[in-house]
Amino acid sequence: MSGPLLEIRDLRTWFPVRGGVLLSARGQCKAVDGVSLSVWPGETVGLVGESGCGKSTLGKSVVRLVKPTAGQVLFEGTDLASLPGRRLKPFRREVQMIFQDPADSLNSRLTVGSMLEEPFLIHGIGDESSRREKALELLRIVGLPPAAIDRFPFEFSGGQRQRIGIARAIALNPKLIICDEPVSALDASIQSQILNLLLDLQERLNLSYLFIAHDLAVVKHVSDRIAIMYLGHVVESGDAEEIYRQSRHPYTRALISAIPQPVPRRGSYRQILSGEVPSPIDPPPGCPFQTRCPHVQAVCREQMPPLREVAGSGREAHAVACHFDL
Amino acid sequence: MSSTAASSSPSRGEVLLDVQDLSVEFDTEAGRARAVDGVSFSVRAGQTLGIVGESGCGKSVTALSILRLLPQPMGRIVGGRILFRGQDLVTASEDTLHQVRTGRIGMIFQEPMTALNPVHRIGKQLSEAILLHSTVSPRTALEQSVGLLKKVGIPSPELRVSEFPHQLSGGMRQRVVIAMALACGPDLVIADEPTTALDVTIQAQILELMKELQDEMGMSIILITHDLGVIAETCEDVMVMYAGRVAETGSVEDIFHRPAHPYTRGLLDSIPRLEFPRKARLRTIEGMVPALMDLPAGCRFNNRCPYRIDRCTAEAPPLAAVAGSHRVGCHRWRELPAWQEPTA
Repeated sequence: MSGPLLEIRDLRTWFPVRGGVLLSARGQCKAVDGVSLSVWPGETVGLVGESGCGKSTLGKSVVRLVKPTAGQVLFEGTDLASLPGRRLKPFRREVQMIFQDPADSLNSRLTVGSMLEEPFLIHGIGDESSRREKALELLRIVGLPPAAIDRFPFEFSGGQRQRIGIARAIALNPKLIICDEPVSALDASIQSQILNLLLDLQERLNLSYLFIAHDLAVVKHVSDRIAIMYLGHVVESGDAEEIYRQSRHPYTRALISAIPQPVPRRGSYRQILSGEVPSPIDPPPGCPFQTRCPHVQAVCREQMPPLREVAGSGREAHAVACHFDL
Repeated sequence: MSSTAASSSPSRGEVLLDVQDLSVEFDTEAGRARAVDGVSFSVRAGQTLGIVGESGCGKSVTALSILRLLPQPMGRIVGGRILFRGQDLVTASEDTLHQVRTGRIGMIFQEPMTALNPVHRIGKQLSEAILLHSTVSPRTALEQSVGLLKKVGIPSPELRVSEFPHQLSGGMRQRVVIAMALACGPDLVIADEPTTALDVTIQAQILELMKELQDEMGMSIILITHDLGVIAETCEDVMVMYAGRVAETGSVEDIFHRPAHPYTRGLLDSIPRLEFPRKARLRTIEGMVPALMDLPAGCRFNNRCPYRIDRCTAEAPPLAAVAGSHRVGCHRWRELPAWQEPTA
């Protein structure tokens, strides 16, 4: 295939903010406000940002757990954003999701086996014995013992539960998996096991990932390309290595500088941001980062800087949404 | 106040807190669990000790024990001494403990929203902390509260004192909690995952603030975290805990440049670092932390350790002195291959 697997065009997901006696809509929370990005077959696109930047809403909009307000989510050319619910079913096989806390996303009343067989039941694949066979196969792929099949989620540790979540996500041979903070609830020694598993599965099954996380070090490690989100907008995107080595947006630079590195006494040359993140309800006009930007000018308070390509083009482009070349 | 817990400030470098052979047990449905088992460490005046380890390693329980804040009636200290400026807090009376908690040791928790009372104004909560240890008028206490808020970098503090916690952002709330911990001018601040719930750019602000305040006020800090990066950037001394015991302890340089315990090495190896090549497989520690009710005999790390020998399953390793203050709980630390800084 020559085009992108997933192409998000100018996506907006707004939530009405209700208040007053009659709970009438008083405003819009612009969680995702005009995001465009693409994921090509076999690649990982990392989506980084801090809490409330809209990265999880974006992921949920792609799989239609929330309905986007405007824009397109093209999966192999079909717009999922406007598709009616019943016609989404075939695409639910192709696009799967892994969540942050597998304790919440796994049904505590089902055994691991019935959970892993469920996707096949829903899509009418195979008979009873072949489904069980498939479930055992999935457990083996994600590194769990066959005995796990008759046990319940609470009998497993966090890392093992995430393996179950991954097994369920890959059950139907999807092309794309949205990973929403898949390792942030896990301890360091378990985190690396799960990251390695995701990398192995990608190679083996030619999966594409949209990898959403707040930890830039983790995202950079697994991603081919990265998009940095701030207050509903992508402020910088490009090759993962280039974003790290030659970041152009002041927010990206602050984010990289703020990551605590496991190297003693580095603290002295870090850049500390001041100011507060504005609310996504009625954000200020102009650049979303203006309230914390050390380089803010008058124009930043008036005009929203467009995401412009500063190097390369198309898929290889390094794009930044800043009025200035810093 | 008793003569041993003197009210004068300790001199820099003096041992302020000396925990000796601390053991803590919890009653659980499955029986008695020893969450902390024979842990010893000390904190010097004006210095920061980092306690690092994964969930369930006993780092938070250790911190709660110092102020005797273990959940009751399940948790209790079953052995050891906690000497704070020479006075044993394990056997101290409620009165003495009250004095220590309100006047000598401040505590900062992970989630500021649970540490603050949602129905009282910021100023009232801060004043309360001030009035606990001094006899000023409520009006003066409120003025001092404004001063404290200013000190922790909260803009327009005179307006913020009359706001409620929910009106502040997470970072600002944590600043208020820090202000509260500092209200008594403590000798020691215990910070349990103070930045874990915060975004990384806000975390940087808070860690910087704590460092500045330490330089200014000279208090000691015990910083408890699972994040080795945070430890490396803020601490002078480090204690690595695993399954309720000390795995390794030493200066921050010892731990990060010359780690001697296979667990410390495994942790340092498993973190993805920004300079690693893309998609390189990370080194991992196989298996998982054993449950407290189901600990292996001998060294508690033995079921995950690549260097395990028979002796490791037979007897628990004592903390052996490596050099200076650097100590390690491993039978084989002398025989391990030389440590190499991680590259993927």
